[in-house]
Amino acid sequence: MATETLIWLIPLPPVLAFFLIVLFTNKNKALSHMLGVGAAGLSWLASMVVFVRALSVKHLGEHPFHASINWLPTGETWFKIGVLIDPLGAAVLFFVAWTIFMIFLYSVGYHNFGQPKGDHDRPGLPPHGATVTDAHGHKHTVPSVEPMYSRFFAFLGLFAFGMYTLVVSDNLLTLFVGWEIMGLCSYLLIGFWYGKPSARNAAIKAFMTTRIGDVFMLLGIAFLYSVTGTLSFREIFTNEELMHALGTTATPVLGLSVAGLISLLLFIGTIGKSAQWPLHVWLPDAMEGPTPVSAMIHAATMVSAGVYAVLRMFPLLSLDPATMSIVAFIGAFTALFAATIAVAQNDIKRVLAYSTISQLGFMIAALGIGAYVAAAFHLITHAFFKALLFLGSGSVIHGMEHGVLHTGNHHVDPQDMFNMGGLRKKMPITFWTFLIGGFALSGFPVITAGFWSKDEILADAWAHHHYAVFITLAVAAFLTAFYTMRQITLTFLGEPRTEEAKHAQETPWTMTAPLVVLAFFAVTYGWVGIPEHFPVLGGLVPNWFHDFVGHTLEHPPKAPEFNWVPLLTSLGVALGGLFFGWLAYRNVKAPAEDKLQISVLKNKWYFDEAYDFLFVKPAYWIAETFVYKWMDKGVLDGILHFIAYITGVIGAAIRHYIDLLVINETIGDGTANTVKWMGFNLRPIQTGRIQQYMLASFVVLIVVGAVLYYFLVMA
Amino acid sequence: MIPLSWYLVLSALLFSIGLFGVLARRNAVAILLGIELMLNAVNINLASFWRYGNTAQMGGQVFAIIVFAVAAAEVAVGLALIISVYRRRKTVLAEEIDLMKW
Repeated sequence: MATETLIWLIPLPPVLAFFLIVLFTNKNKALSHMLGVGAAGLSWLASMVVFVRALSVKHLGEHPFHASINWLPTGETWFKIGVLIDPLGAAVLFFVAWTIFMIFLYSVGYHNFGQPKGDHDRPGLPPHGATVTDAHGHKHTVPSVEPMYSRFFAFLGLFAFGMYTLVVSDNLLTLFVGWEIMGLCSYLLIGFWYGKPSARNAAIKAFMTTRIGDVFMLLGIAFLYSVTGTLSFREIFTNEELMHALGTTATPVLGLSVAGLISLLLFIGTIGKSAQWPLHVWLPDAMEGPTPVSAMIHAATMVSAGVYAVLRMFPLLSLDPATMSIVAFIGAFTALFAATIAVAQNDIKRVLAYSTISQLGFMIAALGIGAYVAAAFHLITHAFFKALLFLGSGSVIHGMEHGVLHTGNHHVDPQDMFNMGGLRKKMPITFWTFLIGGFALSGFPVITAGFWSKDEILADAWAHHHYAVFITLAVAAFLTAFYTMRQITLTFLGEPRTEEAKHAQETPWTMTAPLVVLAFFAVTYGWVGIPEHFPVLGGLVPNWFHDFVGHTLEHPPKAPEFNWVPLLTSLGVALGGLFFGWLAYRNVKAPAEDKLQISVLKNKWYFDEAYDFLFVKPAYWIAETFVYKWMDKGVLDGILHFIAYITGVIGAAIRHYIDLLVINETIGDGTANTVKWMGFNLRPIQTGRIQQYMLASFVVLIVVGAVLYYFLVMA
Repeated sequence: MIPLSWYLVLSALLFSIGLFGVLARRNAVAILLGIELMLNAVNINLASFWRYGNTAQMGGQVFAIIVFAVAAAEVAVGLALIISVYRRRKTVLAEEIDLMKW
């Protein structure tokens, strides 16, 4: 099959699975998950074939796989949509295919497929567990299957469709369509357990927050289209005249060029999608969804779309230094800011959520300083190890829920790290894979992928003299290593702190297998991007990633010169952070002993409260006081009531003075009364005496005769 | 020859007497007699106009004969009615036959 045809087909299976599950198989859990996983597998297979073929093409950057069709007639031309796989697309497709496939597989185990139905489970709430009696007559409480199992796979299918569409698009419009489909799926998955008020609120919050970014992004797309007349990436980026014009034409906004303004608007979309400050607030709340799976979607896959969009628009972005600075500032600030919050969180998923925000900040900052390849590299390695960490945390929570079901004490929060401890013995596979993921996140030297990508960002920042960004990111990297080790120490090391942790259990193979696969990539993917001049290791493996992805751009960036300062910095912060994290938390038993439970960090710098005060409360106030009470009740109802009153008055006047008086009394009753009066008064002449009648006739005859005679004869 | 106007005056007198009888007499039979007088006054008119007009045309005489026939029929019906009323109400006075009053 032609590669282009194959690319067209990649997004198709998941959306077919979505419709099939929704329409036909939603009653049958086994069939639904087979459809879902099968579809994800097909897409994965097609993606891998495309990836391998892309590797074998020389100069893929200049001759990417590209096909498009006429879609919308726009006057005499056509708006084209199509598919494009260039080096960046191929690299992104690779990790997207792997992670999505792993999510599907993992969901089977996470939603307890094969377990009995719960005793009192209801759709819209997490399963509570089922009671079974074993052969010896003992009663056990075991996890029960998710009541809306099929629906979950349908949503995942639609989500996968959105992500694949976004990745293979050759233009901004279909990219935006995929983007919005994922926005919808994100809403649906966060609110999957809609029986919980917190999940409902989180879903609405996520949708509203990302919507703010999306509106700006749509503005940017519209602006770009009105300026260039096309949305196709290659048509814009390969047209040097056009690019030059975009970069030099000024706009009235902030002194930015057209290119700068467009990429700033598009970047605001990314701020929403990739949860950058100041629109980061939705992501931690998104952890309300089914624990690891939607968390992973929101952390490892979907949020990557935001960074991917900036990577795609990088040629445009790089035209305007002012926008670059804004991007770099937002990214670096977010990286540090989110890392400080992560340090004080106790919920295992929330730590990872803030860590995600922080790591996305790294990528955005890298883009802001022009480190295109480093950003793409970190995007991919991060997707692997963060997916691994989220699935690992889901596995931990799943194991803890086992313990909770065993003891029956439902007041124990299976997500609170202070309830865990010592899980390494109970859940060895989860522990080792989580450890690999955590070390990759911290940037543990040499063996983990995270080290290479993070090091490359720091090296780039140093080499191009962005010292502020360099220092900020170095501090953030230290905090990253610190909170990661804190998490590992609290969760897996030491002794179990609760009865539940003692009875935690390793999870089934459908959950651990994806962990192992992702752990493999979390280590090995770093090796494809080792800088050539790195001491000892440099040059052993060619720096394939830089070469490959760098050629996506017209003018491939040069790899930064090797320098000891960033290398030692990244070694120091990673190892130092890990060591201090272990040192500080190895003996901590309860939250009270944790010195970093500072309320400003614990409460996320009060951003939720501030937004509540600045936006939500005023919105409610406007809705309640202004719109409802003043506008609706007062002004609009007042006008209506006044009109009604006037109408009533006019109606009464018409009734009294026209209807009752003129119509009824004068015309209606008046006619009748007159006739009656006349009849009454004329009645006496009917004497019944024939001679009187005749006399009267005679008199009339005489009179009429006389009159006629007078008028006809005399005159 | 006696001028036409004499006949006409006679006829008018006779008609007036008949009319007076119809209007003034109480007895229904007398009223009927008044009507006969009026009819005959008409006959005089018809005959005299014929005689003083074109005698070759017989219209006036024929009309008079028709009036006779009508008068005879009318008297027959009228008397029959009066007899019928008398049998019911024991009266032939016109003012007492007033069933059609208000």
